[in-house]
Amino acid sequence: MDKSIVILGSGTAGTLTANRLRRMYDERECRITVVDQNDDHVYQPGLLFVPFGLAEPHALVRPRPRQLLDGIAYRSAEIDRVDLAAEQVHFTDGTSLGYDVLVVATGASLLPEETEGLTGPGWGEKVHTFYDLPGAVALHQALERFEGGRVVIDVADLPIKCPVAPLEFAFLADWYFQRRGIRDRVELTYVTPLDGAFTKPVAAKALGGLLEEKGIELVTEFALGEVDGAGGRLVSYDEREVPFDLAVVVPVHGGAEYVERSPGLGDELGFVPVDRHTLQHPDHPYVFAIGDAAGLPASKAGSVAHFEGEVLAHNIGRFLAGKPLDASYDGHTNCFIETGFHKALLIDFNYDTEPLPGHFPGALGLPLLKESRANHLGKLAFEWLYWHSLLPGRELPGIGSAMPEHGKTHTPA
Amino acid sequence: MTTTTYDDTSVTVDDEGFFTDPGQWTEPMAQQIARELDIETLTDRHWQVLKFMRTEYEAKGTGPTVRVLGKTSGVSVKELYQLFPKGPAKTAAKIAGIPKPRGCI
Ligand SMILES: Cc1cc2nc3c(=O)[nH]c(=O)nc-3n(C[C@H](O)[C@H](O)[C@H](O)COP(=O)(O)OP(=O)(O)OC[C@H]3O[C@@H](n4cnc5c(N)ncnc54)[C@H](O)[C@@H]3O)c2cc1C
Repeated sequence: MDKSIVILGSGTAGTLTANRLRRMYDERECRITVVDQNDDHVYQPGLLFVPFGLAEPHALVRPRPRQLLDGIAYRSAEIDRVDLAAEQVHFTDGTSLGYDVLVVATGASLLPEETEGLTGPGWGEKVHTFYDLPGAVALHQALERFEGGRVVIDVADLPIKCPVAPLEFAFLADWYFQRRGIRDRVELTYVTPLDGAFTKPVAAKALGGLLEEKGIELVTEFALGEVDGAGGRLVSYDEREVPFDLAVVVPVHGGAEYVERSPGLGDELGFVPVDRHTLQHPDHPYVFAIGDAAGLPASKAGSVAHFEGEVLAHNIGRFLAGKPLDASYDGHTNCFIETGFHKALLIDFNYDTEPLPGHFPGALGLPLLKESRANHLGKLAFEWLYWHSLLPGRELPGIGSAMPEHGKTHTPA
Repeated sequence: MTTTTYDDTSVTVDDEGFFTDPGQWTEPMAQQIARELDIETLTDRHWQVLKFMRTEYEAKGTGPTVRVLGKTSGVSVKELYQLFPKGPAKTAAKIAGIPKPRGCI
């Protein structure tokens, strides 16, 4: 077999997929090429901690090529478009690359300019985001200067990466201002387009309860239409207003821009539609998508990319061998939710099952939907696991792709 | 799940009033549902959105989100909120007789 697999994007999903495939095939059997537009791999979960001075920005960044096993070709280039009919990827430098199998792993991009006024007056001063590294650093400085007033955390629209991160930000902000001794001078408000603190009812109840306990006001069904930075107001499409002195906004997300320039590849938002179990493109069997780039009804999270990776590598193997795809992703998602004061919550769910109370991965494991120190330690340990186990494409002991059932209490939502 | 009556026909809806079987919906029912949701008259612009919702539902098995509607229905997000002030995606889905759009996670 002399086949060529091209993986677009060398973030969490692209890197772990390349490494998994490399373990399956040696260089003579299969050429694996990974493409990315820049060489800095950012540990994105760490972005949550930067604004509060709990993580050093430079410690979150490592060189992309170094995360790839020997025998994987790394190419530093910006993708311009994919020609599905000719099975060619075109780069902005005028070169191109053919493939037998294409894996789209170019993630989600932030689109702050799509919201009126968001990048206008006040952007980077009193309107911030922590969803990229420069944003998180600027917000750290803004928080340090902040002496009191109204802080608003707003999710502009969904889908977003790590849908729990804005909630974690709100919980940590409560902790941060208490630690600075000015919590009584700060009003915290969490603003969401959803009709509760979170999508899934059981989790929405637990998380909504925590907001209340911590004195964080919850504003729901708020579709962000405009940010008036100068006037310090968020305005919804139905003309409600939320005033602020400091706004932390999670901008709308879309797929990578080149997807729109590649006819037949993506959907309206630039995400790539794939079968929710096999991760194969419905119209182009040679094309697969994984991670944030995939248009699936699953969370955009590194844990999802990890669980999908196991299924994807297996299915690509079957595909190249001319056999029917038989591995099936169940939508398994697993998120630690930092709640401040050295505690965290854990949720675990899939396409069909709500986040349930109980323990993970079995009866003796970490508590689900309950604050605990053990979960906080789990969240911190995740960084080491990310670089040393998840990216290299190794199995995490006891945690496979399929959602575990033991240890969960099936209380109805 | 409960049943309710529109245009003298009994239909099944979920707890929030969304049709569970879009096949039971007829155009004359739309005006009645709209009035229950404080929309007095359905204009051509409303109908453009409603028809788009149904086509999308048939193709994809779920109604589109507001952002997708704004990008693809030919009606801007701003106007969608003028037409359906209480949340376009959900209100239009209800009037168009399709199940509640599955939000993102
Ligand atoms: C603040 C924050 C906190 C988070 N916390 C968690 C958490 O606690 N747990 C968790 O599981 N997940 C978390 N996530 C989500 C997680 O980081 C992402 O889901 C994960 O990185 C997705 O991996 P990916 O490979 O799909 O995308 P990415 O890792 O974003 O990689 C996409 C890659 O594609 C490249 N690319 C894009 N366009 C082009 C182009 N035109 N040409 C060449 N290359 C291109 C990019 O440079 C990038 O390297 C968090 C995210 C954020 C922002």
